[in-house]
Amino acid sequence: MKPAVLTGEHFFTGDVACAEGALAAGCRFFGGYPITPATEIAEHMSARLPDIGGTFIQMEDEIAAMASILGASWAGLKCMTATSGPGFSLMMENIGLGICTETPCVVVNVQRGGPSTGLPTQGAQSDMMQARWGSHGHYEIIALSPASPQEIFYQTITAFNLSETYRLPVLIMTDEIVGHMSERVSIPSAKDIKTVSRLAPKGRKDRFKPFEPGPNGVAPMPTVGQGYNVHVTGLTHDEKGYPVMSVEAQDEMMKRITNKITNNLDDIIQTQSYRLDDADIAVISYGVSARTSLSAVDEARKMGIKAGLLRLITVWPFPEDQIRRLANQVKKMVTVEINLGQIFLEVQRCAGNKIPVALVGHPGGTIIPPESVIDVLKEPV
Amino acid sequence: MNKKQNQEKITKEVVITGFGGQGIVLAGSILGKAAALGDHLESTLVQSYGPESRGGACSAQVIISTDTIHYPYINRPDILVCMSQSAYEKHIDQLKPGGLLLIDKDLVRRMGKRDDYFSIPSTRMAEELGRTMMANIIMIGFLTAITHIVSKNAAKNSVAVSVPKGTEENNIKAFQKGFDYGQAVLKGREKKAAGRTGAIS
Repeated sequence: MKPAVLTGEHFFTGDVACAEGALAAGCRFFGGYPITPATEIAEHMSARLPDIGGTFIQMEDEIAAMASILGASWAGLKCMTATSGPGFSLMMENIGLGICTETPCVVVNVQRGGPSTGLPTQGAQSDMMQARWGSHGHYEIIALSPASPQEIFYQTITAFNLSETYRLPVLIMTDEIVGHMSERVSIPSAKDIKTVSRLAPKGRKDRFKPFEPGPNGVAPMPTVGQGYNVHVTGLTHDEKGYPVMSVEAQDEMMKRITNKITNNLDDIIQTQSYRLDDADIAVISYGVSARTSLSAVDEARKMGIKAGLLRLITVWPFPEDQIRRLANQVKKMVTVEINLGQIFLEVQRCAGNKIPVALVGHPGGTIIPPESVIDVLKEPV
Repeated sequence: MNKKQNQEKITKEVVITGFGGQGIVLAGSILGKAAALGDHLESTLVQSYGPESRGGACSAQVIISTDTIHYPYINRPDILVCMSQSAYEKHIDQLKPGGLLLIDKDLVRRMGKRDDYFSIPSTRMAEELGRTMMANIIMIGFLTAITHIVSKNAAKNSVAVSVPKGTEENNIKAFQKGFDYGQAVLKGREKKAAGRTGAIS
């Protein structure tokens, strides 16, 4: 029997590395529905979870898969589901339920070409705006975009830690290319992996309010069956969890579910700067497109073009401050992503009134070749 | 390839192609794993396949390097392995000038004038061993002997940990067959080059 943390060196696909990251983070429940190119995550979890005291369940569809992890989370488990475009669309309503009920869980979207059934076996990054606004209502969300199997291992752990800290569904927005590519993945020993679990409530059980924010804006979370009064609803509710249909209750609840993110941006947002110190042009990219961009930046530097890369590891909440600061330093920004301009719109919003912002996009089905980026970097600034 | 001997950056790009069901992606995975875990080099594997599970065109792209690999796709491979005629026809023009072509002798009929190629009847040899499925492992043995892109030990260990439990011994045997065949072909070429007769195909 294999342990929960597979310490050692492996040659894993991104999908398998994601599943192993979840197990290392303490995930013990996976509810899912298979879909290319995310199936291998479910397949791997189904093989691994029963051995380490966890539960895998294949639900009837993605709506139920998302519902199952919300339920398992209130039963006290760290949980995850994984899907791709069509399944992500079906999950949207219950992702909203998770946001409204402040339920920690992790949702992986291994993006493929869309819309609709699209290109099942070929990659894209075209669900980025859906990740931000796909469920109805106004809310904040956290979405991470890893660029390699090694990184998806670590970022899956981070996703669990953020979801437990801030009590919300955290999205891993990867893509078919990272999901299906294999690379060396080094897994440290269990004691060297930092995991975070939701704060447990203290004090009198009959006075406890499951939605009363603590010091960081987040309420401790009880597990059903512990004796705390727990009422969980998607209706607008007060700190006790009871439905209150008033403008004041709506205002209070909305502040609670948005402020806990917007007041903790420094703790949440991760970016990586590459050769930006003296750069004239900043490439802004994420996920697999950031790998393309790294190649392009290196090639451009060889030609004497002062290019650098800001890699967005956290895409939502959007690293606004980082982009705004960079806009004061560089003369141009180039956004690289496998869609026809989504994160580009955000970069434009934050930098477009100061400097020109270009897009190197692609409708999906393949990675963007470095040459396409270099061509734009070569244009006079 | 050896990290210690070579201070400068060396990158080799290998494309393995054939039909879905021939174990093309597994062959790529064995090669990439041998490089990453056995020889401690950097390696990436990306795969492409169609929506059908068997019979469609399938390819595995493996990059092995002494340095970090950013871009994991291959446009002009240094080494091209073809396990089907349609894969050969689709990919042959992508091979770098001076690149190595390795084919299954019975499944690929070459077109054009290229003489610099290596062939092995890997599928027939696998049938003789009792399992057609092992043609990919024979091809990996052959590739290891011809190209030295990974060490023999690393490749052999990678085969052993990548195949289903209980089939390790047979697969190692298949790997060794392919490896021996590759060495014999190289030896034959040496003899030919030295002007001696009696060379092996």
